[in-house]
Amino acid sequence: MTRPTPETLAHTARRARAAAEPAGTVDPAAARAAATPAVPVVRPSAPAPVSGAGSLVRSLEALGVDVVFGIPGGAILPAYDPLYDSSVRHILVRHEQGAGHAATGYAQATGKVGVCIATSGPGATNLVTPIADAYMDSVAMVAITGQVARPSIGTDAFQEADIQGITLPITKHNFLVQNAEEIPQVLAEAFHLASTGRPGPVLVDIPKDVLQASTTFAWPPTLDLPGYRPTLHPHGKQIREAARLMAAARRPVLYVGGGVLKAGATEGLRRLAELTGIPVVTTLMALGAFPDSHPQHLGMPGMHGTVAAVYGLQKADLIVALGARFDDRVTGKLDSFAPDAAVVHADIDPAEIGKNRHADVPIVGDARHVIDELIAAVTAERSTGHDSDLGDWWTQLDDLRNRYPLGYDEPADGTLSPQYVIKRLGEIVGPDAIYVAGVGQHQMWASQFISYEKPHTWLNSGGLGTMGYAVPAAMGAKVGKPDTVVWAVDGDGCFQMTNQELATCALEGIPVKIAVINNGNLGMVRQWQTLFYNERYSNTDLGTHKHRIPDFVKLAEALGCVGLRCENADDVDKTIAAAMEINDAPVVIDFVVGKDAMVWPMVAAGTSNDEIMFARGVRPAFDEDDI
Amino acid sequence: MTMHTLSVLVENKPGVLARVSGLFSRRGFNIDSLAVGETENPDVSRITIVVNAESSPLEQVTKQLNKLVNVLKIVELDAQVSVARELLLVKVRADRSARTQVLETVNLFRARVVDVAPDTLTIEATGTPDKLDALLRDLEPFGIKEMVQSGLVAIGRGSRSITAGPALRAA
Repeated sequence: MTRPTPETLAHTARRARAAAEPAGTVDPAAARAAATPAVPVVRPSAPAPVSGAGSLVRSLEALGVDVVFGIPGGAILPAYDPLYDSSVRHILVRHEQGAGHAATGYAQATGKVGVCIATSGPGATNLVTPIADAYMDSVAMVAITGQVARPSIGTDAFQEADIQGITLPITKHNFLVQNAEEIPQVLAEAFHLASTGRPGPVLVDIPKDVLQASTTFAWPPTLDLPGYRPTLHPHGKQIREAARLMAAARRPVLYVGGGVLKAGATEGLRRLAELTGIPVVTTLMALGAFPDSHPQHLGMPGMHGTVAAVYGLQKADLIVALGARFDDRVTGKLDSFAPDAAVVHADIDPAEIGKNRHADVPIVGDARHVIDELIAAVTAERSTGHDSDLGDWWTQLDDLRNRYPLGYDEPADGTLSPQYVIKRLGEIVGPDAIYVAGVGQHQMWASQFISYEKPHTWLNSGGLGTMGYAVPAAMGAKVGKPDTVVWAVDGDGCFQMTNQELATCALEGIPVKIAVINNGNLGMVRQWQTLFYNERYSNTDLGTHKHRIPDFVKLAEALGCVGLRCENADDVDKTIAAAMEINDAPVVIDFVVGKDAMVWPMVAAGTSNDEIMFARGVRPAFDEDDI
Repeated sequence: MTMHTLSVLVENKPGVLARVSGLFSRRGFNIDSLAVGETENPDVSRITIVVNAESSPLEQVTKQLNKLVNVLKIVELDAQVSVARELLLVKVRADRSARTQVLETVNLFRARVVDVAPDTLTIEATGTPDKLDALLRDLEPFGIKEMVQSGLVAIGRGSRSITAGPALRAA
């Protein structure tokens, strides 16, 4: 149980009040059932007179929104009045960036659309980073911003910013609402665009006078998106061609990206992998899509991937990419990436196919349909006797797995090893929890040393690499999955960017747990300075060790959380256990770890995957004769 | 580098041109010319874009354009099977001594004089970019005081037509 606070009590009372009214708009059960993308199931409501703001809030209710994250301000203020009585829970954050990342964490944990609200001008521009983050990681998010009144648009009015223009390159689509009648339709279109096809953030900018105008609310509206027709079902001919290549390949690899998680295709992926016996690699965005413990799992590919996963892709004769985008962090130097591989590239976004790497067999479709149809086609192919023996391939890969497993050296200076902390956290907390990382060394260690067995248990900022993502995203995930343990694994640099949202967590009854992997430095940047800049540590020491500023335990307590500290290996297990005991408040553990630990293996930026280093100065020995 | 002419049908809504042109600059493509106007259907505008690109990145830009929600259809118009025209307005120095020669050039190119002043003629010409270049080359010696050119517009030859088709049935 969460410790009740004035805020949570007030909300419960408001909700009870809203539920007691005869309503007429939303059937809460139906609204919950509408969690899946597509058209929400709500009782139609006859046209009723409301303000634009009322129309906005009733649209959110009709769309099945149960929670929004936001901060009010001048231009959006009209919307907060009907929100006060709504069944939609509004969580008052401390910075709009927190609202945005919380919406992302909520969406990634639940598969529903995450919603954030901000006012015009600085409120809206503070959402820019989380919107860009959601765009890069294809997260279904709807951002609602207030705008100055229509007559003031373009006059440099107080708190005016052209947020539609600013977010053009970082949204799937955006709207500037021109009159109040449009509100239900625009909201419905925004949710449809955000959650279907390749998901992404959609911004709805609403001028203040539109929110204040009188209008009528009727539901459901008709969507008018003639230019939007995502292709869900793949082309049968391409599927058959892919199956033929899969049956004939001698060194195939399934290269699995975040699209498989978004499509809910993890069960199918497992069946496809087990049917074919093909090795699987899961990208940073796809951890949990295929169990880490599965014998066919080679690990994560890319800059800090496992030797077996990097080598597997590099030496493959066939790469079957499912919802992955050949990101530079995966391919290394593109010219030398997987030189002998034919590529089957399946993605719901046609623009991803052939963008970085030529696709021999392009497949446009939703990963769930693609995988289901591949299973049928591969089965048909095998029934005609076509099936290649992957024995030699597995012998090579197993040899690499055995010789180059993920590991780390204990720090020579006797300090606490960050990898040990993260490994123990994963072992003690287990695979049912949700882990949320920031960006940097701790993120890579969390991807390497925690075992992900289930989908949607690993959230991080992959594409944009947004430091400060973890705390607010963990908050959003916990709101969406209140019965699941949510741990943020954060760095001391990241944590200092967004920790103010812990005040929100404390007041709103959102008991997240934060493991600050505090090495006193901007660790990943420092690692590059160690390796590539002659150990000249320019501006990477944050002073969190040297001066203990800030003191994270005191900071946690000041923010209404429980603060714990752990400085040696013997205390790690009991500190984690102590944090697991606390369920009525957020907990922050300051793990004071050594600053010299590095993330290995590593493919240095701009170099070929062939140059992967297993540890500093150690190149894996590949037996070229085997290939 | 080769020139490609893209005909892009878009919803006739505010801000669509910014989405299209922004996409080009963002993805590192240079627009050689751009022309936009309404079509036979007032809900649909047609943007003709001439882009200088190798063919594979062009495919990428076409796909990215297709992702814009307001874009209904994109067709690449092959120069062999389409008619392409630009409009040129040019003010040429043409005093008494040069006027006859300027008018001869104008007639030769089947251009028209649209304004006359004591020492200048303003000429209107339409044609392919090559033809307009040739006209300008011939007028250059007289002295070009000012000129303005439209973007290229193009349409396919034959009876087939490009329309938004079933995509716009909801509109």
